[in-house]
Amino acid sequence: MLLDIADLTLGTRDTTLVQGLSFSIAPGERFGLIGESGSGKSLTALAATGLLPPAIRATGTITLGGEPVLGASERRLSRLRGAAVATVFQEPLTALDPLMPLGRQIALPVRRRLAREGGDTSRPAVAREVRALVEQVRLPDPDRLIRAFPHEVSGGQRQRVAIAMALACKPRLLIADEPTTALDVTTQAEIVALLTGLVRDEGIALLFISHDLAVVGQVAERVLVMRAGRAVETGPAARVLTAPEEGYTRSLVAAARRFDTALEGGA
Amino acid sequence: MTLLSVENVGFAYGAGRHVLDDVSFTVPRGANVGLVGESGSGKSTLLRLLLGLDRPQQGRILFDGQPLETRRATYMRDYRRRVQAVFQDPYSSLDPAHRVQRIVTEPLRSLRLPGDHAAMARQAMTDVGMDPAALSRFPHQFSGGQRQRIAIARAIVARPELVLADEAVSALDLSTRVRIVDLFRQISTRMTMVFVSHDMGVVAALCDRLVVLDRGRIVEAGPTSRILRDPQEPYTRSLLASIPRMPAASQPEGQST
Repeated sequence: MLLDIADLTLGTRDTTLVQGLSFSIAPGERFGLIGESGSGKSLTALAATGLLPPAIRATGTITLGGEPVLGASERRLSRLRGAAVATVFQEPLTALDPLMPLGRQIALPVRRRLAREGGDTSRPAVAREVRALVEQVRLPDPDRLIRAFPHEVSGGQRQRVAIAMALACKPRLLIADEPTTALDVTTQAEIVALLTGLVRDEGIALLFISHDLAVVGQVAERVLVMRAGRAVETGPAARVLTAPEEGYTRSLVAAARRFDTALEGGA
Repeated sequence: MTLLSVENVGFAYGAGRHVLDDVSFTVPRGANVGLVGESGSGKSTLLRLLLGLDRPQQGRILFDGQPLETRRATYMRDYRRRVQAVFQDPYSSLDPAHRVQRIVTEPLRSLRLPGDHAAMARQAMTDVGMDPAALSRFPHQFSGGQRQRIAIARAIVARPELVLADEAVSALDLSTRVRIVDLFRQISTRMTMVFVSHDMGVVAALCDRLVVLDRGRIVEAGPTSRILRDPQEPYTRSLLASIPRMPAASQPEGQST
C-alpha cells in the first residue's frame, strides 16, 4: 500500500475531530474521500502529509511510501512531501505567491526534484521542464503564462498551475482537496478531466477529497464516506454511489439525485 | 400580470466594459424565475439593480408597472416592504450581537409597519419550520441551515410580494441544501421569487422559468422544462453538459470522462 492509515484519531485537548479512521490507497489507485463540512476529511489529508496544526493531537498510524508520518521529524517529512506526496488545494489564489511570476513558482518544485534526483539544475534545464509541465496541464499561451502573475490569470488557469507544481514533484500520491469547488462548472469539468487523465497516465495515486458526490463519482474508483470524524461507508465508487448501504450515505445519494432529476426536467 | 420587468438594461462599473448589456426579461406575478450564470455573467450586478442598490445606466426596471425610483426615500421604503432578499452566507447575514427576535422583526421596525411584531415574527418562524422559541436565542446557537431559515423568516415577515434570493443555498451542505430548497418551494407558492444562482440543479428544482446569462448578456430565456430538454444556444448546452451527474445505477465502473 502506498498510503496506509490505521485507527487514526485526531483531536484537540477537549474535542475529538476524527475517530478510529482506517483506509489505505494502493499505488496508482484513485480514492475519493466524501464528507460534508465538519466531517474531518480535510484534517485527515493534512495528517497524511504531516501538516497537522500543532494544537491537534494524533494517535494511530499513518504510513506513506513505507515511512511513518505521525511523529516523524520535520526533515523526514519535508523529504516525504514532494517525493511521495503533493497536494492541490481548493483555492489556488491563496496557494500561490501573489508576487512571483507563475513560471518561477513552477520552477521551485522542479529544481528541488532535479536536485534530489541528482539531475541537471541549470537554468535552461529547469526552464525546459517548466515549459513541458505548462504544456502537460494544457495551459494556453505558455510564454505569456510563465511570465504572468497569479491575479492576471483565471481561477481555472491558476488551478492548472497548482497541478503543474504538484506534478513537478513527480509524487506517487497526489492529494486534491476540493480542487474544483471554487471553480465554475464548465471549468470544473475541464479540471476534473485533466486531473483524472494525468494521474492515470503517470500512474500517480490520487486522494480526491470532495463534498460533491457526482464529481467524486467521475474521479474515484473507491470511496470512503465520512461523517463527524468517522467512516460511515467504504467500497467501490460505483457501488456506494448507486447502492449505498448506510442510512447516511443513502440520504446523501438521494439528495444528489434529487438535483440530477431536476436537471432531467422532473422537479 | 407582470410584477417585474427588466427592459434593455445596461450597466458598467466606472469606465470599464459593460457588465450588463441590453438585458430584458419579465417576471410574472407568482412565478419563480431563476437567473443562472457563471462568474462574470453579471448576475450579481443585476441583483444589485433589482434591489435598488445601483441604477441601470441604460434601460429601466419596472416593478408593478412603475419604474424603480431609487432616489426617492418614500418610494424605496415601500419597495423594501414589497421586495425582500435572502443572501448566500447565513453566517455573515445575521447580526451575531442580536437575538433572533430582533433580527427577524428588523424589517418591520425599519419600515415602521403597524401590527403585533412579536406575533408576526412567531408566524414567520413557523412558516420556515422553526420553533418560535428560537426567537429568544442568538444566531451562533444555530446550524447553517437553521440560520438560513432565520434569514428567510426575516425576508418573509413583512409579507413581501417578491423575494430575491442570491445563491441562497450555495453555502449549505448537500442534505441541508435539499431541505432549504424544499422550504423555498413551499413559500414560493405564496409569493413571486427570483432565484440567482450558478447552480443549475438547484435552479431547475425551484424555478419554472430560467434566464441564462453569460458575460452580461442573456443567452437564453424560457420555461425551465424547455431549456433543460431542448437548449437552443451552444452556451446553455455546454453549461448543462458540464454539470457532473451521479453514476447511473447500472454502470459497472466509477466512470470517467
